[in-house]
Amino acid sequence: MASLSERLLHQIRDAHQRRALTWWERTYLPAVAQGLWLTSVHFWRNLFLHIAHRFGAFKHLPASVTIQYPEQLRQTSPRLRTRHRLTQREDGTPRCVGCMMCETVCPAKCIYIVPGEHPDPNIEKVARSFDIDLGKCVYCGYCVEVCPEDAIRMDTQRHDIAATSRDGMWLDIVELLHPGSRRPGEPAKRYLQLELDDFRKMKDTLPPSPPTSGTPA
Amino acid sequence: MWVDLAIKVGVCGLVLGGVLNFAGMQTWLERKQSALMQDRIGANRAYFTIPLPWWLGGGLINTILRKLGGLGILNALADVLKLLTKEDFIPARGDAFLHTLAPLLSVLFALLAFVAIPIGPPVQLWGREIPLQVADINAGLLFILALASIGIYGVILAGMVSGNNLATLGGLRAASQMLAYEIALGVSLIGIIIWAGSVDLAVIVQKQGALLGGWLPAWGVFVQPVGCLIFMTAALAETKRVPFDLPEGEPEIIGYFTEYSGMKFGLFFLTDFVEVVLVAALTATLFFGGWQVPYLTPTGFQFPWGPGPAVSHLAYVGLGLLSFTIKVLFFIWFFMLIRWTLPRFRYDQLMHLGWKVLFPLALLNLTVTALVVVGLHG
Repeated sequence: MASLSERLLHQIRDAHQRRALTWWERTYLPAVAQGLWLTSVHFWRNLFLHIAHRFGAFKHLPASVTIQYPEQLRQTSPRLRTRHRLTQREDGTPRCVGCMMCETVCPAKCIYIVPGEHPDPNIEKVARSFDIDLGKCVYCGYCVEVCPEDAIRMDTQRHDIAATSRDGMWLDIVELLHPGSRRPGEPAKRYLQLELDDFRKMKDTLPPSPPTSGTPA
Repeated sequence: MWVDLAIKVGVCGLVLGGVLNFAGMQTWLERKQSALMQDRIGANRAYFTIPLPWWLGGGLINTILRKLGGLGILNALADVLKLLTKEDFIPARGDAFLHTLAPLLSVLFALLAFVAIPIGPPVQLWGREIPLQVADINAGLLFILALASIGIYGVILAGMVSGNNLATLGGLRAASQMLAYEIALGVSLIGIIIWAGSVDLAVIVQKQGALLGGWLPAWGVFVQPVGCLIFMTAALAETKRVPFDLPEGEPEIIGYFTEYSGMKFGLFFLTDFVEVVLVAALTATLFFGGWQVPYLTPTGFQFPWGPGPAVSHLAYVGLGLLSFTIKVLFFIWFFMLIRWTLPRFRYDQLMHLGWKVLFPLALLNLTVTALVVVGLHG
């Protein structure tokens, strides 16, 4: 009677041993035929669906899994950490009170805030300038977690961030308050300091943000 | 004499145009078919527009160009443009003359092999009989096999004169692979030669127009099923495409055309595609009745259950050409399907399959065929 450990060892060895192929399997013909069958089924199915889509039939069955990127956008999960934005008060001024919590906690040191006085005595301060260097950002989300005022969020669903220079990776306060307002290729106005009236004006003059993720199917 | 020459030039143009178009469109087929097989869309972006005023049909032409671009067809044009405008690089340790000669040899012999393939029945026109075959060689099959063997010299040469050890190894792999598979290829064809009693492709095709037992077309695949399987496997190895692309192996094992760029590389690429067309045409000719349409005789259809509609001579020729084209297209599609389904062989598996499986099997097939033929006729 073998001990338990020996029996277990034998079981493991048996499991590792491959089953010998039968003569018919060793010709590889059945496996080749199976593979060709599988791929040709995909081919004819997709060919039929592509043609049917041209005539408006079988629209509910997709013929491919491709997302045609610039025209079609991928459906992203709402909890995905995407590009930052600053939330606004009702009058368009930033909710940010310039407490420097996010700038302090940021492990990549990519946030630069210039706080200023706020006329309302109930509000501590206001961020006159708020810049993020996305070239440094690691998307950890600490800035969002640490914010006491819910002033910064990472829910724009923007992840197509690209630039031809390091400077192009910067986000200024206008772009943070109104995501998508900066035209592609236009440089960020780094350390741009604005007054409260500028924020109020911006709310009315800037167009609404374009969609950045697909609608649920 | 001038008329004969004109006729030959016409037939040459038909064959060459067909082959080059099929080969060129395979870049499109390859992209789109692989995309469909893998649930993708494939190339659909490359297009250009011509700034034409509307009264010259500018709007219509540009709409058509956009549609063609949407189907990915204009990518073939973009490929050629890219290849033609790339730098033609010859390595310092390479031989400039032989380096240029190699792709030309490769593509030349692949294209030459088509002269012996009958693409349709002989046409009777204006009191002449015009064979739809560039050269009616009475040893056509041997001619094609010989050219296929010479074609490999281009590949070996490309590897040897590139001044690159890895390219040389690629060329050597190509040489040994061709050696292993050409023997099986040749032996697998002897069966059909014995059955047809000729190495003339026109005769072999004529012979396949008969019926077996009164209902089954006497196609090579029904007479020589094992020979057909061996031929298709060995011929696929001849085209040097996946699963037999050990001479090339672009992604990791470096191939014979590593030191080639621009249109010289394009010629090697074209050779592959031309060889696929050649193999498809040979498979159709030898094993699937060539230009023969099942149950179609020169006067009309003769079904097993009685005579069908009669056809005129020109319609007979047209049906023959159509039949051959469809068969060739099907086999191009089929080889493309294999190329995008099966993974590459390991080198020892490749040699094992060639020498220890296909070659003995081809010999066995030959023996059985010979015995049966002798038993039936002698």
